[in-house]
Amino acid sequence: MKRHIKGTLIGVLSAGILALAGTAYADSNEPIKIPIKNWSSQIVMAHVIGGMFESIGNTVEYVPVDNQASFEAVRVGDIHTLHEVWQSTMQNAYYAAMEKGGLIDAGTHDAETLEEMGVPNWVIDQGLCPGLPAWEALKDCYANFATPDSGGKGRWLEGPLSWHGDVMPNRIKGLGLDDTWVVKFAGAADALWAELEAAKKEGRGTVIFNWTPNFTDAEGFSFIEFPPYYDGCRIADGGDLSTTGCGSPKGWLKKAAHYKFPKTHPQAYTIFSKISFTTPQIGSMAALVDLHKMTHEDAAVKWLADNEDVWKPWTASVLGESN
Amino acid sequence: MSPPRIPLKAVQFSGLLVAFFVLANFVDSSDANWLWRFPPLLKDLPFIINDTVQKLLFEWMPIEIYDPDIDDYESSPLFREVTRAVSSSLLVIIEFTREVILGGVKTIVVFTDWDFINENPWAHWPALPWTVITGWAIVLGYRLRGIGLAILAGFSTVYISVFGQWEPSMQTLSFVLVTAPVSVVLGLALGIWAFRSKSVEAALNPLLNVAQTMPHYSYLVPVIVLFGVGDHAAAIATIIFATPPMVRLTLLGLKNVPADVVDAGVMNGCGRFQLLFRVLIPTAKRDVLIGVNQVVMQCLAMTVIASFIGAQGLGSNLMIALNSLKIGTGIEIGVCIVLIAVVLDKMSLAWAHKQKDYFADRTLFQRYSIPILLVAILAGGSILAWIGSFLFEEGRNYLYIVPHNKGITTAPFWQAAVDWTWDTFFFILKDFNEFLITQVLFPMRDLYLGMPVVATFLLMMGTAYILAGFRSALIVGGFLLFIAFSEYWDRALITAYMASFVVIVSAVIGLTVGSLCAQSAVASRAILLVCDFLQTFPSFIYLIPVIMLFGITDTSVIIASVVYATVPATRYTIEGLRSVPVVIQEAGTMSGVSRMQRLVSIEFPLAFPHIMLGINQTVIFGLFMVIIGAFIGTTDLGQLILKAISDRHGTGIGITLGLCVAFIGLAVDQIIRTWAERRKKELGLG
Repeated sequence: MKRHIKGTLIGVLSAGILALAGTAYADSNEPIKIPIKNWSSQIVMAHVIGGMFESIGNTVEYVPVDNQASFEAVRVGDIHTLHEVWQSTMQNAYYAAMEKGGLIDAGTHDAETLEEMGVPNWVIDQGLCPGLPAWEALKDCYANFATPDSGGKGRWLEGPLSWHGDVMPNRIKGLGLDDTWVVKFAGAADALWAELEAAKKEGRGTVIFNWTPNFTDAEGFSFIEFPPYYDGCRIADGGDLSTTGCGSPKGWLKKAAHYKFPKTHPQAYTIFSKISFTTPQIGSMAALVDLHKMTHEDAAVKWLADNEDVWKPWTASVLGESN
Repeated sequence: MSPPRIPLKAVQFSGLLVAFFVLANFVDSSDANWLWRFPPLLKDLPFIINDTVQKLLFEWMPIEIYDPDIDDYESSPLFREVTRAVSSSLLVIIEFTREVILGGVKTIVVFTDWDFINENPWAHWPALPWTVITGWAIVLGYRLRGIGLAILAGFSTVYISVFGQWEPSMQTLSFVLVTAPVSVVLGLALGIWAFRSKSVEAALNPLLNVAQTMPHYSYLVPVIVLFGVGDHAAAIATIIFATPPMVRLTLLGLKNVPADVVDAGVMNGCGRFQLLFRVLIPTAKRDVLIGVNQVVMQCLAMTVIASFIGAQGLGSNLMIALNSLKIGTGIEIGVCIVLIAVVLDKMSLAWAHKQKDYFADRTLFQRYSIPILLVAILAGGSILAWIGSFLFEEGRNYLYIVPHNKGITTAPFWQAAVDWTWDTFFFILKDFNEFLITQVLFPMRDLYLGMPVVATFLLMMGTAYILAGFRSALIVGGFLLFIAFSEYWDRALITAYMASFVVIVSAVIGLTVGSLCAQSAVASRAILLVCDFLQTFPSFIYLIPVIMLFGITDTSVIIASVVYATVPATRYTIEGLRSVPVVIQEAGTMSGVSRMQRLVSIEFPLAFPHIMLGINQTVIFGLFMVIIGAFIGTTDLGQLILKAISDRHGTGIGITLGLCVAFIGLAVDQIIRTWAERRKKELGLG
């Protein structure tokens, strides 16, 4: 035990001295810490980005972390980057961390995300709610979406309360659907998928919160078309119950970094800020795992090999600078 | 025992119930009415806690620290620097343990730095081939307890590698190999300290209570801020969770050491430390070892939650598998966790029971046979791995390390089993589910929510007074007052409704199964093994099938909780009944009682205090799982705790909510514990 402590002390001291001598412009040799969360596209993309960093000589370490906790982790610098920040489900956590200080915006992906209430395609095919995806159809078909605990009303299964607070209950009220529909909050994403699977087996209707790109795209999923979103229609943005019926905006997909990352790893940060994936690209990453049953690591290797024309330009710019 | 007491209690209870119903029916339900709901006087508490923590962490005693990364000075609060230093030294130890098994560069980095690693590619510590670890585990198992443990150890390591979970399992193992000893030593030290000083014991007791009953994800945010994200932070959270039972059991063991033994030690001229380590602790061995068992179980039970804040290993793989509904993979990973727990538990117990043989006359070879064997295994395994590097392609050397997720898998089988269960039972269970929700659960919930706050206080404090005395009534009142003055009373009622339903069902099942199995030694051992399994098998795995069968409803939460909360009720019932002295049982039989009479009028009353402690644990386990039920989808305190993780004032809100949960548990704990103590005294058991 004693030896470890002594070793730590010597290590910390020598690390400090050597780091002082290091140059300021090249990337530090310390590993870049990339978070691993619990959905396919995020994990594959983590390894894809890690592969890019490694291609310019950086060391990468993957750290498993809960999505909600990851914002605090970037803020205090225990992980360096966040590469999938979804507007509708994570902007609260994202802006809260930014406000507290320590997390910086590192650009936005090309991909537009859509996160909305919807139904699996077979609900439409079986005619459980004629008229979908227009939201007005919900007025008449609610009985097909009742569950034991919904008291005869149709049930909307929304994601956890931490994702968008009261937006969905307010939307139901804003649309005048609150007499026939009720919102239930799931506790985690896997609860949503379990519900999707169970409803399919039973052939029962279900309206659940989902997003695209996602692994559920493969089985077919239709988003409900609500009145269009505009700035200020939600209560948090100054709206009232007459406007809260608005749907979800087409959302951004952002990247974030710890505020010291540009200084410690200037080259890797430059690449990271240039990275911009499109919806089909993200979808193809997820599909390698979800449809082709590859491991996340193998999928990333394959994706990098197949898409050099996409990512080489991002890393090439840095390599050019340093030569 | 004394006949007049029972009618008295019955009269007291009927009086209490009458008063309760009068209050419940005549108090007007409006928010302005204080008798209906207390005003949220503590509404600002979360923010106060938040600001205090904030001040402590980000403002108090700032020191200037030079950060070479950004070539500038940064001010950092002292407290956080201290906690960070603690956690980084812990990290070094974890990574050292990990790299002994799996290889790597980080231990070398500690002595050099990353630039050195980058310039010297040879500076990489090699991993131990899995064959070597397997061989070592078998030898160790054989040496410690014989062929049985050797087979178990061999089976477990082979299982883990064959299923392609070697790397994550070894990551988890190295994590536990650090957290468990730290928890044991810390628990032992605190236990001894509390044994020596009454004031330490008094100060420690409430802290332990809260640490044991507070849901662990309510303090995840402060842990992240103080200790960071990664194995070190997860280790700290695990240690907080695993140490309290060790402290308790150490203290209990030391207190139960007979005075004669201590006197004998003193008369033989023991010094203070000799007395402690040669007399007291060996005598208290049984309880201390139960503590070690609980530490190992708790450390592994934390695997999944630990992965939320950065622990590498099985936990995060489990969450990834479950999030894409790969239940089969989830079950395989869960079995790995259970196997690690069981092997570690058995090995540590065997090691503790091992007597040193001072008189053995052994040759040099006999004395060193074990080290020689271990070295031989290392050499053999390495040669195998070297040969393997020629046999396999694509960098996958199955004789070195079975690559992650490249082993065989039984996932399709488990998937089929889940599908079969669904097809067979779903439509039967659907009606049951509907009945349970509409006829039992919702009416019960509405009943709880319909209680005026004064009626709730009367009921709880009255029960405490009748069963456990005036002092307990005041303590219970204090706990409830905190919740009533917070904003979360209604949510706490929902938590309470689910938890009490869970406790009733679990207690009935646990008592029944426990008393039936206690009749036979074989059945007892078998069911205790099942208990170990259920305690360490991550509940997240069976949450998914449960959700598929019962939907995202309170039923799912309750079923998952009952599975977990039945464990202590069963365990303590068996232990209690089986520890009734044989002499007393025989005395009963000789007096001519039937087996049933003996169980009901002799064994149950004698085992009652121990059984009540089991019920007490059931309350805590049940409450704990109801809160975890937030991951399914609840509308109680757990939902808000989960939300608090990403809130701006999350630290304060999380801690306040966590305290509300802890206080529900502690209020019930106070009543049951004091009641059991009293019964114990009445029965002359101590």
